[in-house]
Amino acid sequence: MTKKIVRVNEATIRFAGDSGDGMQLTGTRFTEATAIVGNDLKTIPNYPSEIRAPTGTLAGVSAFQLMFGSQRVFTPGDLPDTLVAMNPAALKVHLRDLKPGGNILANSNAFNDKNLKMAGWEGNPLEDGTLDSYTVYAIEMSKLVGKALENSDLSSKGIERTKNMFALGVLFWMYNRPIEPTENWLRNKFAKNPSIAEANIIAMKTGYNYGETTEIFTTSYAVEKADLPKGKYRNITGNVAVAYGLITAAKKAGKELFLGSYPITPASEILHTLSSLRNHGVKTFQAEDEIAGIASAIGAAYAGDLACTTTSGPGMALKTEAIGLAIITELPLVIVNVQRGGPSTGMPTKMEQSDLFQAVLGRNSDAPIPVVAAADPADCFDCAFEAARIAIKYMTPVILLTDGYLGQGSGPWRIPDPKDLPEIKVNHPAKPADGDEKFMPYSRDENETRPWAIPGTAGLEHRIGGLEKENITGMVSQDPENHQVMTDIRARKVANIANEIPPLEVYGDKKGKLLIIGWGSTHGAIHVAVDRARAKGQSVSQIHLRWVNPFPSDLKAVCDNFDEILIPEVNTGQLSLFMRSELLRPVHQLNKVRGEPFRSSEIEDKINEILG
Amino acid sequence: MSETIKVEELNLTRKDFVPGNEVRWCPGCGDYSVLANMQKTLPGLGIRKENYTFISGIGCSSRFPYYMDTFGFHSIHGRAPAIASGVKLANPDLTVWVITGDGDGFSIGGNHMIHVLRRNIDLNIMLFNNRIYGLTKGQYSPTSLLGKKTKSSPFGSIDRPFNPSAVALGANATFIARAIDVDAQGLQESITRAQAHKGASFIEVYQNCIIFNDGEFGDVEGKDTRPDNALFVVHGEPMIFGKDRDKGIIMENHHPKVVTLGDKWSEKDLLVHDETNAIITNLLLEMTFDASTPTPFGVLRAVEEPTYDEMLVSQIAEVTRIKGEGTLESLYASGDVWEVK
Ligand code: SF4
Repeated sequence: MTKKIVRVNEATIRFAGDSGDGMQLTGTRFTEATAIVGNDLKTIPNYPSEIRAPTGTLAGVSAFQLMFGSQRVFTPGDLPDTLVAMNPAALKVHLRDLKPGGNILANSNAFNDKNLKMAGWEGNPLEDGTLDSYTVYAIEMSKLVGKALENSDLSSKGIERTKNMFALGVLFWMYNRPIEPTENWLRNKFAKNPSIAEANIIAMKTGYNYGETTEIFTTSYAVEKADLPKGKYRNITGNVAVAYGLITAAKKAGKELFLGSYPITPASEILHTLSSLRNHGVKTFQAEDEIAGIASAIGAAYAGDLACTTTSGPGMALKTEAIGLAIITELPLVIVNVQRGGPSTGMPTKMEQSDLFQAVLGRNSDAPIPVVAAADPADCFDCAFEAARIAIKYMTPVILLTDGYLGQGSGPWRIPDPKDLPEIKVNHPAKPADGDEKFMPYSRDENETRPWAIPGTAGLEHRIGGLEKENITGMVSQDPENHQVMTDIRARKVANIANEIPPLEVYGDKKGKLLIIGWGSTHGAIHVAVDRARAKGQSVSQIHLRWVNPFPSDLKAVCDNFDEILIPEVNTGQLSLFMRSELLRPVHQLNKVRGEPFRSSEIEDKINEILG
Repeated sequence: MSETIKVEELNLTRKDFVPGNEVRWCPGCGDYSVLANMQKTLPGLGIRKENYTFISGIGCSSRFPYYMDTFGFHSIHGRAPAIASGVKLANPDLTVWVITGDGDGFSIGGNHMIHVLRRNIDLNIMLFNNRIYGLTKGQYSPTSLLGKKTKSSPFGSIDRPFNPSAVALGANATFIARAIDVDAQGLQESITRAQAHKGASFIEVYQNCIIFNDGEFGDVEGKDTRPDNALFVVHGEPMIFGKDRDKGIIMENHHPKVVTLGDKWSEKDLLVHDETNAIITNLLLEMTFDASTPTPFGVLRAVEEPTYDEMLVSQIAEVTRIKGEGTLESLYASGDVWEVK
């Protein structure tokens, strides 16, 4: 039988199974193979906050979604074309998202009475017609790997665990992806345990061959490689990109990198990544708590390292007082908040954009701080670098906002040539020459930045601290005039950063009916929605804010060219509030807080509603 | 670790450490004496002046860095040990002092204190224990004794106190000393030994708050009463005290007991101090609140253990030796890389 190959521009696949089924790994391997083929892509994991919720339950379902295409891909896709469901619970949780007529690949061996009941199915959906409107491939994956691995020396449990590789093999066939990269990866990963590597490879090949030879599959899909800008690429998650951005900034500034951090979901991978880079001279300090994380970083900044601290919302709350200290002592520091759903512990593994107020305003007193937000996983690299550059240039802490979706999600990153990245100028004052005036720790340069004088420099001995200081001399001062001066300087210093924010890029026409303003990880979903709307002839454009404090200086002028403004946010309207006061005009809001990013279709619907 | 230099070469004097601004503690506060002894001792330690860095939190004693003409950082309440850790790890050549009080170091900052001691980062930590909150005008602190009447405990404190040096021992501190604010010799010895010690050094200073807790350490503060109420321990020496050096400590039923030297007891019956033995340190600390025994001072514990800062430096060197110095090119290429031509 000859099988049909259908060319498609893009495809969205979701792998779902029990948290013990290895879905994250399966998804990651599919992603790597897809990247190597040359498609553009975006991924998003979705996993429970329990490490191992009871097997077979709805709470224990873990999923990984990716979209890939022959054109630019800006989101991990709205609704999947193909759903891999390793058990009844996975099907129950994810079926509602599947595209009408989409493919379901299920491990029918897992659809036994016990599992079906636990997932809340009345009958067996693979058999009772529930799935009639979909294309169902019910495959006895457990049985097939058991047979294929009859002679393996793995335990029956070990053999059962290779079923995810079988599913991966089927998908590789279905979407015409190469299996060799995963083969090599398995051999590498299990170098010390070759029988596990071989068993997984056999399972994967069995799956691949199953797709090719059995008659239940009649069609496979080809997605041509995307027309990406020339260069070397790799796939990268936002958290790893932040780590790389920081290390790059440290090297470009001729500084050692210090990270003071306390483990927290979904930011811990930044700590993990940097901890593994000792041979880059990186000093990671796993502190006793969130406060010590930032406090140690402030100490390291004072002593002359490029210092940073990484956390998520609840950790930010704990660091609040120390951020104020970094502001008043005017020390360079990068604070990364990988946002998650809140308040309080909230939804640790789910994304949200609801810490914007906290970042911009969340401190006692007037305590201005620059805030930069990354738009996609690769952009986390640029934003981390930029945050460090601004921190050093203006002697100020800087907050970098990403979120769980960016941090854990991934996309291709065009690898820069380190030589092309700008140097970061650092100016530590040296010992004053004899006869020179006494060193003034709060003297100001043209940006009103004070000198970064580090301990160990003879002749520069001085004291800093959380008490208000007299401008220029740095002596403790409770003088009313001086407090006014210092408060104004702190505000002006941050506001003036707007002078070096590049002009806004308007995607679409520069004048029109509707302008969508986004910030952070909504970029991709908005972009796709704008494309689709424009294809239909609607007058819609997009701007995306990288700096959310200060705002770009041309913001108002750009907005003035549009009749209406729409601000989609994964919070209840935080940027909208800022925009109303900044632009002094009404804005439309689109808000949802469901622990997941926007679908482009949701933004399209809102565009239709506004434009009628 | 800071390199030490010949004292003569440095040519520093006490005056080099006095910044000349007005010191604003209450007249008669015990802090003055500690400051003076710090300024007197530092020139003789062989450390370059620019390498001294004083980090403090919040409280009366935490104003200390402003009164030292060195690098200094008066930070936020309780966090000085964490900030100092970052300073030391960023630049291990610095000699870093942490100045804290019983509220700063053992109430709001208790968590940082135990962890910095446990990690054994090479810092010198001086705790001013006045058993009261001075800066907020007289509330009981976590070291105030039971029954203490203060503004926030008008009927007497029902809050059982910490024995800070015992907490330090519990946190596995490698160096613990105790001194009295007005005892110049004891202070200078503690400062000198703490500086020489590799790892986290903890000095508990009994400090009189003349305004809100005057006389708290009465018996050991007074020159005349001190000899009979304070036991100054010396490593390898029997535990003797008293104006006439005629009293000593023996062990009886696993408890320290005071005896008078003479017919029945001689020096060889007495307990001998061993600063490397945690059991002896513990026993001394047991005597802190025991009215029948003198209060112990001096270096109560000193052991050599690996320090966090040295281990960090050597781990970086070792990983670099094995993997080679990391470059950005190799870092970026550490995943699966493909090329779009
Ligand atoms: S309140 Fe007490 S501790 Fe504080 S400065 Fe005055 S006397 Fe010293």
